[in-house]
Amino acid sequence: MVSGARLEVRGVSHAFALEKRALPVLQAIDFIAEPGDFVALLGPSGCGKSTLLRLVAGLEPPSEGQLLVDGVPITGTDPSRTIMFQDPTLFPWRTVRGNAQLGPEARGSLAANAARIEAALSLVGLDAFAEAYPHQLSGGMAQRASLARALVNEPRILMLDEPLGKLDSLTRLAMQRELVSLWQRERFTALLVTHDVEEALLLADRVLVLSDRPARIRADIRVETPRPRRRDDAGLVALREEILALLGLAQAA
Amino acid sequence: MNATEDPRWFRALLALLAILTGLLLLALPLAAVFAEALRRGWDVARAAILEPDTLAAIRMTLIVAAISVPLNTVGGLAAAWCIAKHDFPGKRLLLVLVELPLSVSPVIAGLVFVLVFGLQGWLGPWLQARGIQVIFALPGLVLATLFVTFPFVARTVLPLMQDQGRAEEEAAATLGASGWQIFQRVTLPNIRWALLAGVLLCNARAMGEFGAVSVVSGHIRGQTNTMPLHVEILYNEYQFAGAAAVAALLALLGLVTLVAKSVLERLSGRRVSGAEGAPMRMLTVVSGGLLLPFVQV
Repeated sequence: MVSGARLEVRGVSHAFALEKRALPVLQAIDFIAEPGDFVALLGPSGCGKSTLLRLVAGLEPPSEGQLLVDGVPITGTDPSRTIMFQDPTLFPWRTVRGNAQLGPEARGSLAANAARIEAALSLVGLDAFAEAYPHQLSGGMAQRASLARALVNEPRILMLDEPLGKLDSLTRLAMQRELVSLWQRERFTALLVTHDVEEALLLADRVLVLSDRPARIRADIRVETPRPRRRDDAGLVALREEILALLGLAQAA
Repeated sequence: MNATEDPRWFRALLALLAILTGLLLLALPLAAVFAEALRRGWDVARAAILEPDTLAAIRMTLIVAAISVPLNTVGGLAAAWCIAKHDFPGKRLLLVLVELPLSVSPVIAGLVFVLVFGLQGWLGPWLQARGIQVIFALPGLVLATLFVTFPFVARTVLPLMQDQGRAEEEAAATLGASGWQIFQRVTLPNIRWALLAGVLLCNARAMGEFGAVSVVSGHIRGQTNTMPLHVEILYNEYQFAGAAAVAALLALLGLVTLVAKSVLERLSGRRVSGAEGAPMRMLTVVSGGLLLPFVQV
């Protein structure tokens, strides 16, 4: 088993180049995720959290600052850093297994990874659907297939970009539990982007609360509550209030 | 009857009108071509097609299409890919250029090539000094065809590429696929049916093109004549049987295009998987490249 990687984000600022001006989306982001940490990036929608994941994935270089994995600067994409997107982004002309094996196939190590592919499919509970096509899957199953596709590559950093955002609430609860047990088994470093305070608190060890665009880190909150967590746990409820207040959404309880 | 539905008689009338128009304007002339070709019997039609100058025209048409369709497939794909997936200065200009051949009369396109490459043209003396003949020869025919058929692949593929955005390609990138692998395993499968339709249209036009080719060809029998040009020559010489026979051959190949296209649409509806789809795809590309011109006489 491969263990999680240490992620260092040092003074990262990023801006999108629009037609005439630059639109700043991230401002002076600084944090370190230790190997095996589960970090949630929480913020209002459109604040730039997903952009941060794209930088960690190596899809874009930051305008300013540095991102390091185990001390080595990120220069491009790498299968050890995979994203699970909000949409499953499965390839519709490939079966579930065909989707899951794209990573090893692209690297030319398909034969060596055959067992790993089957293991990932059964880990997400899709072994019976290995030959199914994406259009035959439910929303939850499609996200599981997308998760299997990421896990096959033994990611050392798994990025979750609101992966449960479009699922119905029951599937969502089940998948939250599955994600935690998966992370406990595999010990990758997890980065979760979400705008759901409760989800962040249920899953993560640490919640980074981001401001409106351009995003800055407004608070770095440790969640010490032991797992399995209950959403009505008194400690979590207090943290939830604290975070909502930070986001300017305090409830007059 | 629900609120958005028209009365039954009205729908029937519209359908009847459409079918009548189709029969009168499309099916009837097509039938007439075949009837005229076979009026003096099968042997006369066969003899007209096996005549050396006609065979040369058929060969020339196939050669021109075999060169220009692959070139425009690659060029059209590249242009569509640049426009859909990247931002760069001059993107609008490229889009306009892609569509230019659709708005310019093919005759003008042919004339432009004569003005550039012809004996009196800009590059004429230079080319002549080196013994290279472009106009009134194969290179000119290919250039004119390339110009006229350039938009077909690019325009059929572009909307699909723009629609799809970058999400799937980025997903593949994060899984460790290289640029070429992403193109091969994600971009290309995504657009394959549109691409094939574009290649078919491009090929149809390449084989049927008349105007631009007519200007640069010089109509040298047995040498620079293509099928559509040959039909015109035969017709002008009152060789109606020959003209009809060659036209019928073009039309027949056009009908094959229609069949190939509906087979394609069927296949795309069935979501053929990569493994099963590959041989079928190859088959269609090969047959599309060689056999399927569209009627344009």
